[in-house]
Amino acid sequence: MLTLLGIFVVVLGFLLRQNPLLVIMASALVTGLFGGIDPIHLVSAFGHAFNENRYVSIIWLILPVIGLLERSGLQERARMLIGRMRAATTGRVLLAYFMLRQATAALGLTSLGGHPQMVRPLVAPMAEAAAETNIGELSEATRQRIRAHSAAADNVALFFGEDIFIAISSILLIKGFLQTNGIVVEPFDLSVWAIPAALLALIIHGARLLLLDRSLRKSK
Amino acid sequence: MITLEYVYVLAGLMFAAFAVLSARDRSNPKRLGNATFWGLLGVSFLFGSYLSDLANGILVLALVAIGGFKILGHGKPATTTPAERRESATRRGNWLFLPALVIPAVALLGALFLKTATIGGVALLDPKQATLISLAFGVMLSLSIAMLWLRPPLLAPLHEGRRLMDTVGWAAVLPQMLASLGAVFALAGVGQAVGTIATEWLPLDTQFAAVAAYCIGMALFTAVMGNAFAAFPVMTAAIGLPLIVHQFGGDPVIMAAVGMLSGFCGTLTTPMAANFNIVPAALLELPDDAVIKVQIPTAIPLLLANTALMYFTVYRF
Repeated sequence: MLTLLGIFVVVLGFLLRQNPLLVIMASALVTGLFGGIDPIHLVSAFGHAFNENRYVSIIWLILPVIGLLERSGLQERARMLIGRMRAATTGRVLLAYFMLRQATAALGLTSLGGHPQMVRPLVAPMAEAAAETNIGELSEATRQRIRAHSAAADNVALFFGEDIFIAISSILLIKGFLQTNGIVVEPFDLSVWAIPAALLALIIHGARLLLLDRSLRKSK
Repeated sequence: MITLEYVYVLAGLMFAAFAVLSARDRSNPKRLGNATFWGLLGVSFLFGSYLSDLANGILVLALVAIGGFKILGHGKPATTTPAERRESATRRGNWLFLPALVIPAVALLGALFLKTATIGGVALLDPKQATLISLAFGVMLSLSIAMLWLRPPLLAPLHEGRRLMDTVGWAAVLPQMLASLGAVFALAGVGQAVGTIATEWLPLDTQFAAVAAYCIGMALFTAVMGNAFAAFPVMTAAIGLPLIVHQFGGDPVIMAAVGMLSGFCGTLTTPMAANFNIVPAALLELPDDAVIKVQIPTAIPLLLANTALMYFTVYRF
């Protein structure tokens, strides 16, 4: 049971707002200490896993292009485009992106969105511009709230869209796990049962986005 | 065959360039910190596959020390002024979106069509990594278009890339760090310990209690691990299969599908899911917890709705 102290370290570290890199390293050391893994073996295991997971950092290759386009006014152009549309409000812009992201993720096209490639250069500036058109000058707090909502729309839409696609990794994980436990299921049946949750996510998050407009007007 | 290793070399060269440019940036008082951090990451991408596990581990310890003890600063590469950007945006119009959209388009087409392509009987791409390799192709094509069209100074992409990379800072390696912590947890048997606690301490003698414990447990354990994939095998082996399916005769498909999505509700609430919650906060120049704060009001009702959905369907189909 003492191996669970590592989890405790993570929770405590995040609650005390310590630097996450230090929290993770401390948690790994505590887990290893109480889990009977000697320090050299622990550092090796950590290094091995870090090396094996380099693929998650490949997304940073996109930064030079995005930066270059920002240098030439990409964010400004996104703002101009939305600023001209009178009907565009922050909530509607984000809801439109949400539905597009959820629908494409459901078709397995998860690479069509994401934070470095879509949210920072396009979605967030558009959502901010829509607010400026409707309610005028924005306070820094309001601006931050809109940006956080832009990132959230991408996450929620992705999580509750991708499971409808039959070949996504989570569906394959479920199928594999149940199979090793003697239960054979069809990926198609699993993806059908992801649809109700996708609709619930659309209703709940969509309603919040539409209410966001009202709240932004008030908090202006 | 083009494997991920080529893409790692490309990324390694980019990080190495960031390191060199950082070292020469006198506007940043912590420039040596930045240079060492991006330099080490460059080493990891260029040579990680040839280093021993222990050497990679020591490299990680150095990254943690630099990132954790605030030895990283923000470089200020020369860039355009807001006025120049507005002028360029007006002059170039909506064509500016084109290079940005080329990246996902190529990533998509590559994943769909290049995955199965062969040249002389040898696969063109490593089929397991087709999406990531195609993403790299997309970036190269987009960069070529942008360079030819916009005609910026030759080093501009690296300077602009470094500007954004410094904005992300230490959060850039957080997803990799958390994946590694997950590996250490697995090695020490943390998952099984949590499963034991869940089954021994909770009264799970009704159909509803089993569903509630499974769904909420998935969300909580996912929040701790940062990843529903780590929570799913543990919670399903501890509660889902023995109680919901075997004892109460529930449907395994509904249990698994809705259970996984309950875990995703947990992902929305946790700093451990760094690439979804912390990295975008850094990219958008927000406080660390800003994205999580706006996601929690969706995550909680959605988890309750999923729990109700499972309770009302899992025993009926």
